[in-house]
Formats: sequence, structure tokens, C-alpha cells
Amino acid sequence: MKKARNLFKLVFPSRSSNESFARTAVAAFVAQLDPTMDELADVKTAVSEAVTNCIVHAYKDTIGLIYITARIFEDGNIDILIKDRGCGIRDIKKAMQPTYTSSTTDERAGLGFSVMEAFMDTLTVRSKIFSGTSVYMSKQIKRK
Amino acid sequence: MRTITSRFEDEVLTVYLETDIDHHNAMQLRTEIDAEVARYRPKMVILNFDAVGFMDSSGIGLIIGRYKLLQEAGGKLKISALNNRCKKMIDISGITALVGIE
Repeated sequence: MKKARNLFKLVFPSRSSNESFARTAVAAFVAQLDPTMDELADVKTAVSEAVTNCIVHAYKDTIGLIYITARIFEDGNIDILIKDRGCGIRDIKKAMQPTYTSSTTDERAGLGFSVMEAFMDTLTVRSKIFSGTSVYMSKQIKRK
Repeated sequence: MRTITSRFEDEVLTVYLETDIDHHNAMQLRTEIDAEVARYRPKMVILNFDAVGFMDSSGIGLIIGRYKLLQEAGGKLKISALNNRCKKMIDISGITALVGIE
């Protein structure tokens, strides 16, 4: 288990007004690795998708806490854990299918997980019904 | 605080999106765009992304929603002034098959 060079934890309620703050906070932290604009934007977008899932799905008609842990490693790798204690995902495989959405009200494209997969190097989703979901992503920031 | 500005000329409504596009802003963007479309009943709507610094897949939902509404009214939708970031999201979404890109 490799040791992180640096890390931060963030906890905030699942209000949509926190989406911009959360992605900007993670981007500000990752900035210390001197990433390219594209790498930073990729991370911001992936975090935005994961946080939105917590707000729209995990805590659908309620407000709960979202927990973000981000770590930086010596080799320039970063990982981000986005965790909620919301309703959980019954069928993770189905949820991760492109364009699948369980939302019936908003105009949701169902692309959240697809975007996370495309913009990050790894994506792992764990969930337990009525207990919560953990979304774990990592990305290698290229050395210059 | 308005999220769009617009210009209507020769049956074409150009909507300039003025904010980041995420889940939080999408509802207001949707309301304002649809109000302009209802007001002018254009034959074509162009969504201009010049001022959009950030977009996640909520933007794709927004575009698809406008496309469907316009289609029902017999109108067309185009997207213009995409920067590289927005272009990456749009390419991944596959909506380029649906919507014209300028």
C-alpha cells in the first residue's frame, strides 16, 4: 500500500450549489502537480459527475453528506474517493451502462460513469443498498 | 442573474450560454432558453458555447432536451463556438450524430 505524499478530505451537504465548489477544490489540490489544462479539466469533470450522482441519485429527495478524499503520490498519480451514505445502487453494471439513467424528472443524459471512465485512468464503484456508494478514481498526471 | 443572452434574426435564434454548465445551472439555463424559444418560435436555434468555461454531462442532457423540444415544433438545433473542452464532452456523448456543429 503506497503512502500518499499529500491528501485532503472534504465533507459537505448534497446541495447542487456545492458542485462547482467541490470540483474546484479538488482541482486546486491537484494543481500542485503542475498538470496541464486538459488534465485538470478532466479531473474537474469527473469529480463533477460523481458529486452530481450523489446529489441527484444517492440523496434523491433529501440532503445528506458527501465525503471526498483526494491523494497525491510521489510518482504523480492521484486518486479520488467520493463517498455517500445514500440509497445505494441495486445493479452497478446496469447503472454504468452509457445513457442508462434512473432519473425520471430531470433531463439526465445517463453519461456520468462513462465520462468518469473516459476522463480518468481507473474507476471502481462499490455500493450497498440503503447504505451508500463509493466511487474511486485515479489518474496519472504526466511528468514534464 | 441571467445565464444566457440571445439574438433573434431571420428566423434564427442564437443563444449565448454565459455560465458553466452543470446540474446546478442546467435548470435555469433550460428555463431561460425555453422562454426565448417560446417567445420567438424560431426555425433554427444556435447554442453558442463561446463563454462556457466548463461543461459536464448535464450539458449534454440540456442539449438533447432542447433538441427534442425543437424537433416537436419542427425546428432545428445547432451548436457553435465550441472550445476544446466542450468539444471533448460532446464527442464522447455521441450527440454529433443528432445536432449540427458549426
